[in-house]
Amino acid sequence: MSAADTIYALASGAAAGAVAVLRLSGPGTGEALRGLAGSLPPARRASLRRLRAPDGEILDHALILWFPGPASYTGEDAAELQLHGGRSVIAGVMEALTAAGLREAEPGEFTRRAFLHGKMDLTAAEGIADLVAAETAAQRRQALHQADGGLAKLYGGWAERLARLLAHQEAAIEFAEDGLPTDLDAKARAGAGELRAEIEAHLADARRGELLREGLVFAIIGAPNAGKSSLLNALVGRDAAIVSARAGTTRDIVEARLDLAGVPVTLSDTAGLREAGDEIEAEGIKRAERRAQEAQLVLTVFAADQPPDAETLRWVGPEALVLVNKCDLAPAPAAIAEVPVIAVSAREGIGLATLRDRLAEAALRLTGAGQGNQLTRPRHRAALTEAATLLAEAEGAALPELTAEALRAALFALGRLTGRVGVEEILDIVFRDFCIGK
Amino acid sequence: MTGADLTFDVVVVGGGHAGCEAAAAAARCGARTLLLTHKIETIGEMSCNPAIGGVGKGHLVREIDALDGIMARAADAAAIHVKMLNLSKGPAVRGPRAQADRRLYREAVQALLRDQPGLTIMAGGAEGLELDQAGGLAAIITADGQRIRCGAAIITTGTFLRGEIHIGEKRFPAGRVGDAPAIGLALAFERLGLPLARLKTGTPPRLDGRTIDWAALEAQPGDDPPEPLSWMTERITNRQVSCGITATTPETHAIIRANLESSAVYGGRIQGVGPRYCPSIEDKVVRFADRERHQIFLEPEGLDDPTVYPNGISTSLSEAVQEQVVASIPGLTKARILRPGYAIEYDHIDPRALTLALEMREVPRLFLAGQINGTTGYEEAGAQGLMAGINAARRASGGDPDASLTRSEAYIGVLVDDLTLQGVSEPYRMLTARAEHRLSLRADNAGLRLTERGIAWGCVGSERAARHRAFATAVSAALARAATDGASPAALSGFGITVNQDGRRRSVLEVLALPSLALEKIEAAFPWLRDLGPPIRTQLEAEALYAPYLRRQEAERRLLEREEKANIATTLDFDAVDGLSAEMRQRLKAARPATLGAAGRVQGVTPAALAALAVHLRRDAQRFT
Repeated sequence: MSAADTIYALASGAAAGAVAVLRLSGPGTGEALRGLAGSLPPARRASLRRLRAPDGEILDHALILWFPGPASYTGEDAAELQLHGGRSVIAGVMEALTAAGLREAEPGEFTRRAFLHGKMDLTAAEGIADLVAAETAAQRRQALHQADGGLAKLYGGWAERLARLLAHQEAAIEFAEDGLPTDLDAKARAGAGELRAEIEAHLADARRGELLREGLVFAIIGAPNAGKSSLLNALVGRDAAIVSARAGTTRDIVEARLDLAGVPVTLSDTAGLREAGDEIEAEGIKRAERRAQEAQLVLTVFAADQPPDAETLRWVGPEALVLVNKCDLAPAPAAIAEVPVIAVSAREGIGLATLRDRLAEAALRLTGAGQGNQLTRPRHRAALTEAATLLAEAEGAALPELTAEALRAALFALGRLTGRVGVEEILDIVFRDFCIGK
Repeated sequence: MTGADLTFDVVVVGGGHAGCEAAAAAARCGARTLLLTHKIETIGEMSCNPAIGGVGKGHLVREIDALDGIMARAADAAAIHVKMLNLSKGPAVRGPRAQADRRLYREAVQALLRDQPGLTIMAGGAEGLELDQAGGLAAIITADGQRIRCGAAIITTGTFLRGEIHIGEKRFPAGRVGDAPAIGLALAFERLGLPLARLKTGTPPRLDGRTIDWAALEAQPGDDPPEPLSWMTERITNRQVSCGITATTPETHAIIRANLESSAVYGGRIQGVGPRYCPSIEDKVVRFADRERHQIFLEPEGLDDPTVYPNGISTSLSEAVQEQVVASIPGLTKARILRPGYAIEYDHIDPRALTLALEMREVPRLFLAGQINGTTGYEEAGAQGLMAGINAARRASGGDPDASLTRSEAYIGVLVDDLTLQGVSEPYRMLTARAEHRLSLRADNAGLRLTERGIAWGCVGSERAARHRAFATAVSAALARAATDGASPAALSGFGITVNQDGRRRSVLEVLALPSLALEKIEAAFPWLRDLGPPIRTQLEAEALYAPYLRRQEAERRLLEREEKANIATTLDFDAVDGLSAEMRQRLKAARPATLGAAGRVQGVTPAALAALAVHLRRDAQRFT
């Protein structure tokens, strides 16, 4: 019989808390529970039990939950133990489980087992992984949607439509003599066009889902001593970057994490842009410019008491935020290079609330806030891009069998996200939709 | 008469399309072969419609021919109406089909078998199978007690295994109208514990052509000139006839609806599953109730035979209702029914019990081919018979039965892989949609794909081998010339061929790939094309049209190759694979895929199950290295 081992892991994280949750999965779960608690509790009901070590010593009073397979998260026999969170309690129970022949799970092993038992498809499994790693509310929303099968439903729906297009095309090829409608080929091409447009719209999302999953990068750019580091410190509310009156204090990139309306953002303070004084500063400036290029949003910072410098002006544009700092020292202009400015004073705290709002707005716009069906992984993007390309090919193919060929390849590409669609499924549609056969 | 034991290398039981190809192929491979059949005079009988080929089926016929089988040659000798189907589509999905004179076909098959050296034909029925101590096949026992020892046997009993015919409420045991069923063999299979299941198929009533009002009907002529099915046929010499086209009427449908109880299927007297692509007229009327007409092709069964096969009204209604149905159809109002249509139920063996050589996994030296494996159609039967014949001959000579074709090489490969891996849930028919390598598996290049394989297996005669090699050389030369010869856009426009005036020279292949361009213009630009025969030109055309797609398919195939090379040991215990659900275990155990790639094709096997299997195989491999 199956040689699957039984695994356990602390599900509540390593930090000590009031309650620690230990999760078990595998064929030996029932036996392990009996060993710890004396007998199996009723299935799927919380039961308070004394847990004992093999030598009879009481380890804890714990709430235990028993989930016989396949109606469990992993599809195997599984259990959850809610222990008191003390380190010695947890260590004692783990020791007892190890003594009973269980082993500690590898990272992601529970989800992998759930996937292998057909409890979820690949996109849902990815959603679970993201859910566990989510840092912010928007990330959590997006991951939850995916784990619930939101993407699987969208992609599965497309695969179903594609299968039908292919089936109708195959019917036209296979049963030319059966008096089928004569416009099947034209309809298949038109249907391929519609589907392609939908997939392309989904792809043209400016990578919102992926950005939310990975987190955004905002870069602060400006002349030396414009007050970039002060601004960073003021925004994150702590002294993340060293601040001094000396121009060129920041030479490398200083990063700080922000949660802006539920979106994780890495704010990067960079070296001031100017003619470099030495090799180290030159490298710092090079890094600043590279970071500004990679960033989803650039904050250009000018000082109110200085005329706008040419190096920073290069970064001003409709996509960038234009800040004028030190507005407590001199009046800020209304616009620079025709872009309206946000006047702030990092030192006095002037305009920071407005700035924070503008940043949150940008973060939400760039990530879509985790709402709806968002692409979250390059793997999805690659498969969908390929499917869209093939659908375009199907639309324009010179012969009916080439349309079918392109549709089949597109279905194969989508199948990498949703699971393979086989010939029998195609034939089922053919014979359901048409009266075939002489 | 129980004589002394007979001994042959290969014994073939059954003289239908599978049996004839099997016997001929085994004999061509040098095996001393016996064809054992109930009636010698019905060898090569076309018991269903009088046509060979079609889309998918025509591909199979050409492949059988490429391996020097007999079906295509017999069909050419009997052809009275030939059509290349899908002519408006590309070469990959064009399928040749010949309506055959039933008597001429039978005679041609019998003549080819008579002329086959090493083949003995004997009348008799097989009743039992004798196994040796190791459980392998040792001998066939005939109905009259004769023991025939053999190195291998091929059972091709079609629908005869516990066959039962239904006409309305009448039912009687039969293998085919007028022939007794094979009960003894079914029992023998049952005793061996082989998995049996029940299928059904049907035929329409046969009409007297002299009572059909042909003048009132649309006539469908064949192609002129008719293209032969076989590479070995110079041209078709029979007089060619037209088929008629008519259709059912609302009145027909009303009659059927009012009499559904009389149908054996709808009356609940038949449990077997019928083919979806060959539904009875009752099925069509019930399932597509909004259709007002269903097309019927009236196919003459012979030049000197008034019998007409009305293709499209297969039925198991009672004889009286069949008469009303026929009379309600334009052109058939006075038509006389010569034989009523019927449904036939029969046993088949679950082909998942077979290896890729079509040999029973549990009973070495016992091969099965044709309808007994759950297929329908002469072509599907013939293709299996051919492969079983070649492999049985190898087995009998002490070699390995390892002559098999892959899905990327041939429709035959698709057929055998589907049968042995997926089994059947309805009578299996070949469709080009089943072949993922459809663009390269064409009817026009069957010889180029397969004849060399056949020569290596010893089943191809010297005449065909010589003809094939000459053709292959000519095609290579033409392809090479078409790839190198070419013209500038300016020169091409002089011949009325418009391409982008970018100064880039276009090869002949590129010009051939241009959409909707008259061939005459291309020939005017490159006169040497005129000297090529049509078969070579078709190769150029296909190469031009499909090259980019073929390259992509090749890339896809290479991607899957690793999976195809991950062998699954025949002893693998699927119960020991972690993470397989009970359903996946059951599917995989029944299919016994030989590779991870094959496992991926097993219907219903999920990507998750495949991942689990892959993990297990890798773990296993590590353990042994």
